[in-house]
Amino acid sequence: MTGIRKLAGRGGLYAVIATFAFLGAFPFYWMIIATFKTDHDLFSPLNNPFLFNEPPTLDHLKLLFFDTHFVTYLVNTFWVGTAVVFITLAVAVPAAYSLARWARGWGEALGIGIFLTYLVPPTILFIPLSRFAAALGLQESLWSLILIYPTFTIPFCTWLLMGFFKTIPKDIEEQAMIDGLSRLGAMARVVLPLSVSGLLTIVVFAFTLTMHEFLYALTFISVSLKKTVSIGVPTELVRGDVFQWGPLMAGALIASIPVAVVYTFFLDRFIAGFTMGAVK
Amino acid sequence: MTPGTNAGAGEGAPVKTGILDRAEFLAKVMIAPAIAYIVAMIGFPFVMAICYSLSDATTGDPTLRIVGFQNYAAILSDPVFRLALKNTFIFAIVSQSLVIILSRILAASLMKPFRGKWIARFLVMLPWTAPIALGTIGWLWMLDSIFSPIDWIFRTVGLLGTPDALLGPETNMYWLGRPGLAMASVIGVHVWRLLPLATVIQLAGLSSIPQDLIEAAEIDGAAGWRRTVEITIPLTLPIIGIAFLFGLIFTFNDMAVVYVLTRGGPVHSTQVLSTWTFFKGIEGGDLAQGAAISLFLFPVLAGVATLMLRLARRAEVV
Repeated sequence: MTGIRKLAGRGGLYAVIATFAFLGAFPFYWMIIATFKTDHDLFSPLNNPFLFNEPPTLDHLKLLFFDTHFVTYLVNTFWVGTAVVFITLAVAVPAAYSLARWARGWGEALGIGIFLTYLVPPTILFIPLSRFAAALGLQESLWSLILIYPTFTIPFCTWLLMGFFKTIPKDIEEQAMIDGLSRLGAMARVVLPLSVSGLLTIVVFAFTLTMHEFLYALTFISVSLKKTVSIGVPTELVRGDVFQWGPLMAGALIASIPVAVVYTFFLDRFIAGFTMGAVK
Repeated sequence: MTPGTNAGAGEGAPVKTGILDRAEFLAKVMIAPAIAYIVAMIGFPFVMAICYSLSDATTGDPTLRIVGFQNYAAILSDPVFRLALKNTFIFAIVSQSLVIILSRILAASLMKPFRGKWIARFLVMLPWTAPIALGTIGWLWMLDSIFSPIDWIFRTVGLLGTPDALLGPETNMYWLGRPGLAMASVIGVHVWRLLPLATVIQLAGLSSIPQDLIEAAEIDGAAGWRRTVEITIPLTLPIIGIAFLFGLIFTFNDMAVVYVLTRGGPVHSTQVLSTWTFFKGIEGGDLAQGAAISLFLFPVLAGVATLMLRLARRAEVV
């Protein structure tokens, strides 16, 4: 009796998991299908849309890579992401170290204050920031994004790193200082090597968050050649009445899957930072 | 010894020479760039947004002339704004209620050991980890007015496309072309997108429940559902609250889903405050009204954020 119940429970469990996994992943499966289908197959309403009714084709990929600016979007995104990662590291690492090591009352409040700025929504900031970019002559320039993206990477990464630094015992660096290192030397030679996993985490977040960003990129960039993938694919490949669904889906797929894979490995830490479990 | 080195002594650190070894000085120097950046790029623009909302600035003439609260009066009398306000709340509350229920079920399932967990986890997390605008593009194609696979299934099983079919005689649902369905579609995509985040938060909550508490309840003979109602739900309530509030903030501020799927249409029926801010303030060039629209919900968001911080504190105690 209990055996049957156990088996039924097992089946129920797998059914629930399978349903959620299916719903989560289906749009991406749908992108894969469209990427490799011939246009004729894609645009015949009577064909079973879930299968290849005609042999798969690489035409859409060829079109995407050779006849659209997709590669430029990828390069732009990579460049913006890399620059933002460096700025974030340069600003967030010292700030987090300072907060973790020397913060008493005011510092703790400051730490929470920095985290809260992450919650000031881009919807409020983008109008004034668009005037900033104009005043600095950065309209239509990727530099405007590089300047502005740290508004969300710095608060979050500082907060997260502060948690990492707090877990490293003070005694270790004090020992290093007794052995003759300066404070900065102790930080560079002792603390940073011990926080490699924390640093790697913020590199991944800073990079993936810039790839996810949509509103600022849409506001500041309208020249096709300067777009990032996040806006380039939805605005340049979806144009007019003729939707290039094949190349469009290929573009969305190629740009989202690698980010998703990398991000998945760091997801738990992301949540920990979010739910403030990082400070303990 | 220089006088300044005493500052380091307070840290229990050995006394060194040089200005960079003075802890207090170093603490300030190291945090200064972060503070300067945040003040310049978040604090200052925030104040500017308030100034804009009280001015008559446009992209053509961006000089600030304070005109008082007339922008707020103007947006409040605008029927599109009122519709967008209503939609924002409907989207946020309906989608987050669904997300909380579904994520609870999913999290409880993911707590159990089973084979192929890592692949299930990867698939379940995909909507959150992929860039939102690109995931939504996939939905745009799935909800296409002619080639939607959902419509194809409906037609194949006879729910659609015959004179006496349940869903109507037309061959397609026109998901994004009818106000009610367009709304449901946007809500559906929001749920799809935010479910993974809420699930991971709920997982954290579930795994923080002390195991002996559950075992004690089992020994006392509490049935599965009773354990859920009397132990798990009360103990994870703060973290459920956090998931809900995060979701609210995300849906309030998200514009990618609506922009990519419907651009606020048909006839503004899916317009929300974030998209309306964009259309008014950037595309329409009315910086002043755009700023007023974007600031309108700030008190609500600030309240939500405060509540979230409190809950987070409590959750840590649990």
